[in-house]
Amino acid sequence: MNKEWPLWEVFIRSKAGLHHQHVGSLHAADSEMALENARDVYTRRQEGVSIWVVQSNSIIASNPEENTSFFDPAEDKIYRHPTFYELPDELKHM
Amino acid sequence: MSKSIAYRYTLQIADNSLILGHRLTELCGHCADTEIDLAISNIALDLLGQSRMLFQYAASLSGSTEDEIAMLRSEGEYVNCLLVEQQNEDFSQVIVRQYLFDTYYTLFLKALSQSSSSDELRAFANKTIKENAYHVRFSRAWLMRLGDGTQESHDKTQASLDFLKPYIQELFIPSQVDTAAIADGVGVDMSKYVDQFHTTLQADFAEATLSWEAPKYHVSGGKDGRHSEHMGFILSELQYMQRAYPNSEW
Repeated sequence: MNKEWPLWEVFIRSKAGLHHQHVGSLHAADSEMALENARDVYTRRQEGVSIWVVQSNSIIASNPEENTSFFDPAEDKIYRHPTFYELPDELKHM
Repeated sequence: MSKSIAYRYTLQIADNSLILGHRLTELCGHCADTEIDLAISNIALDLLGQSRMLFQYAASLSGSTEDEIAMLRSEGEYVNCLLVEQQNEDFSQVIVRQYLFDTYYTLFLKALSQSSSSDELRAFANKTIKENAYHVRFSRAWLMRLGDGTQESHDKTQASLDFLKPYIQELFIPSQVDTAAIADGVGVDMSKYVDQFHTTLQADFAEATLSWEAPKYHVSGGKDGRHSEHMGFILSELQYMQRAYPNSEW
């Protein structure tokens, strides 16, 4: 029997309006405990207003060995960046 | 409101938090998992924070200082209930002790926030209700996991409950100070809440597959300063710094 508790990934939203960000991982026996552990480990200093936890093995990750085929083809597609527009000075947050 | 009654009544509440908090700090660095270590330490810090708030209030009522009251009384002058000084025998005993106290505290804080004549104690209760709600959630969830877990965790939790149940009654039976504080208006009469407490316990024990029989005897005396054999050991560690280096500060 595997006595290790499963691993969970923790996502915290630091304040309303922002998106959840991955902050780390932890061990817990069930989803309820994962949420409580996340609260105790990652929000002790008022880091967040919302927590998501997801079991790590539910995350499908890209394979680092396939990085060349996954990501390199975007390298020379500079026209995909909207950098060729002239923006008025009044526009601050682009 | 009588200052001396309010002072002694406040100490009862403060000492519960101080001693239970100290018991939990003993586990810091010793839990089986980092996550549980942090959870227990968080609760310990909450409890120590509660006791500070109350010791500051007690100091304002008595003219002495927070440190003197918290750290320099003799054993017989501490008035916490016996439940909170019981040892960290194993994790199940930590959890059952915490669950019993948190469940009692839920009722106590609500009553205090609604009907104490002291502005400070009502403010304390209102602030602490939120902290306690999380503590109950933690200890209750673990009671379920351990009670309804493996045969071993169930047996240990049942043994812890059987060991600790004689200490429950003291929480609700008024001491001399309680009686004076209730008459004064600053205190609340917890004997009115015994049935409600046991109704909660029965429902939770049923869910945790733990059995309950009324204890054959009760132990009390902590609120009058008569403590179990553990208290001297707690105080020797708790008071060491203040006694070895008087008036030391951070």
